[in-house]
Amino acid sequence: MLRIVVIRLIQAIPVLLLIAVMAFILMHLIPGDPAVVIAGADAGPAAVERIRHELGLDRPILEQLLNWLVNLGTGDFGRSLVLNQTVLSAVGERLPVTMSLAMLSLAITLPIGVFLGILAAYFRGSWIDAAVMTLALVGVSVPAFWIGILSVILFSVTLGWFPSAGYAPLLADGPGAWLSSLIQPAFILSLFQIGFLARMTRSGMLDVLDQDFIRTARAKGVSEWRTVGRHAFRNALVGVVTVAGIILSLLIGGSVVIEQVFALPGIGRLVVQAILARDYPLIQGTMLLFGFAFVVINICVDLIYLWVDPRVRYD
Amino acid sequence: MTDLALSPNRPLELAERRRFLALRKLAAHRSFKIGLLIVSVLVLAAFIGPWLTGIDPTSMRIRNKFKPPSDQFLMGTDNYGRDVLTRVLYGGQLSLGIGFFVAILSGMAGTIVGVVAGHFRALDAYLMRVMDALLAFPAILVAIGIGAALGPQATSIVIALAVAYVPRTARVVRASTLVIREMEYIEAARVSGASNLRIIVKHILPNCLGPLTVQLTFVFAYAILAEAALSFLGIGPPPPAPSWGNIIAEGRDHAVEAWWIMLFPGIAISLAALGMNLLGDGLRDVLDPRLKIES
Repeated sequence: MLRIVVIRLIQAIPVLLLIAVMAFILMHLIPGDPAVVIAGADAGPAAVERIRHELGLDRPILEQLLNWLVNLGTGDFGRSLVLNQTVLSAVGERLPVTMSLAMLSLAITLPIGVFLGILAAYFRGSWIDAAVMTLALVGVSVPAFWIGILSVILFSVTLGWFPSAGYAPLLADGPGAWLSSLIQPAFILSLFQIGFLARMTRSGMLDVLDQDFIRTARAKGVSEWRTVGRHAFRNALVGVVTVAGIILSLLIGGSVVIEQVFALPGIGRLVVQAILARDYPLIQGTMLLFGFAFVVINICVDLIYLWVDPRVRYD
Repeated sequence: MTDLALSPNRPLELAERRRFLALRKLAAHRSFKIGLLIVSVLVLAAFIGPWLTGIDPTSMRIRNKFKPPSDQFLMGTDNYGRDVLTRVLYGGQLSLGIGFFVAILSGMAGTIVGVVAGHFRALDAYLMRVMDALLAFPAILVAIGIGAALGPQATSIVIALAVAYVPRTARVVRASTLVIREMEYIEAARVSGASNLRIIVKHILPNCLGPLTVQLTFVFAYAILAEAALSFLGIGPPPPAPSWGNIIAEGRDHAVEAWWIMLFPGIAISLAALGMNLLGDGLRDVLDPRLKIES
């Protein structure tokens, strides 16, 4: 097990390096000069030149890239131009918000999506199947931010059940306020993933339910509940785990938009603000941290996969 | 003599029968038919509708602002007194156009990457590492980054989303290529002296087309949703030219008192994505590589 973890981490190094280089190139494609942005609108050319020199932007591009990679190696992700903070502390401050949102969404998505998928597969071809699949299809077709705005109008503005915007930290405001500030965005964020997961689970279950060992289980008198719940689902679970990584990555991507709808001060909002403010180091740094996070998520998924399905061996 | 004349024709007949059967299956597939109907209606509405109403989508009449839906303005008017119906129809041209070109562009790029990675095994590891790195980001973040780099125009949104979806199409094409290249007829072609290019163009690509088409209908659906999300974040095609996404973004500030501004373009987006998803489901059922010919 440990050997596999080490191998996967070593394999991840070139991917991480590539992500770093891509983030760097991306930022140098953005039109406009960071030095001009920092110096402000009424700075003279001398001041701009001085800042450019301080930031090292007057050096050859390869040297800048190399410097950046070396800094990354020492854990220095750079400094925000606008926030007067390092990128790491800016991200660290907002990480709990995004993580809370993503984890709560995942906690909503997994049971509902899996349950709906099993239900549809078990009652294949019946109206239950049709209803679940229609629901799932609508879930993956409706834009989340649009439903989010409509939901705010209904549940926050009209009915006043939930706050319409803002985040209540778990430690400062207690679990009740935390949950009520997140439940609406988390549920909206889950809609797409629930649809996606239900469709995947259904097709996975359909494959398994046709297998001989299911017929054997039924024939030898195993209860229907046990047949579907244990024999069939355990095998369909492998597919679910594979999809879980995609779902977590979709959740974090979707949180960028949902944080904007519900004014949650998370990393997604940070990225959007950084882009609109042309805060280059912050964009570069957050993009990179996102990339690292996804690489780690994928490794975790591989490991869980191994644990769920002992037939799989990474050599 | 007759044997010689018949044998080259037989595979062709089989291919034709296969195609005919696929078409007949599609025509009988319910979700494909519903999807096709929805998408056709939307495309017709977007490209012929504006010509029928004859109103300029950007003409402002402040006197008419915030009119709720009525006989005169079927979908109401916005904060500048512009007709929302007209804007939704014109917005369809931009949004559907973006979806279409994203699908085409990511399909072409993904085909090149996928075939090269699948056929020339030495390049596989490098190419797929790049694809993995790209896939490590959610598509919407890749699109935000590239969209921000290229500036807010429709073309940069197309490029950004196409790049974001290339790993998906490349994976599909690579997977098919890996299966096909092991087939005996590829070996036969190679033995008879066919070049790599000929093998790819004549034998591998046609067989990748099915799975790729399925994937591209889904990319089309994702792209329409992503365009809307990008517009909402302020990185989409800029106003005043309407897209479904930027009508919602503009209507958001008036969502409570003038709900109709953002309601109707949202319905249009949902229908378009739903239609493409249904089309994709139907195509997947029929174009599945395991498609068998029943007697």
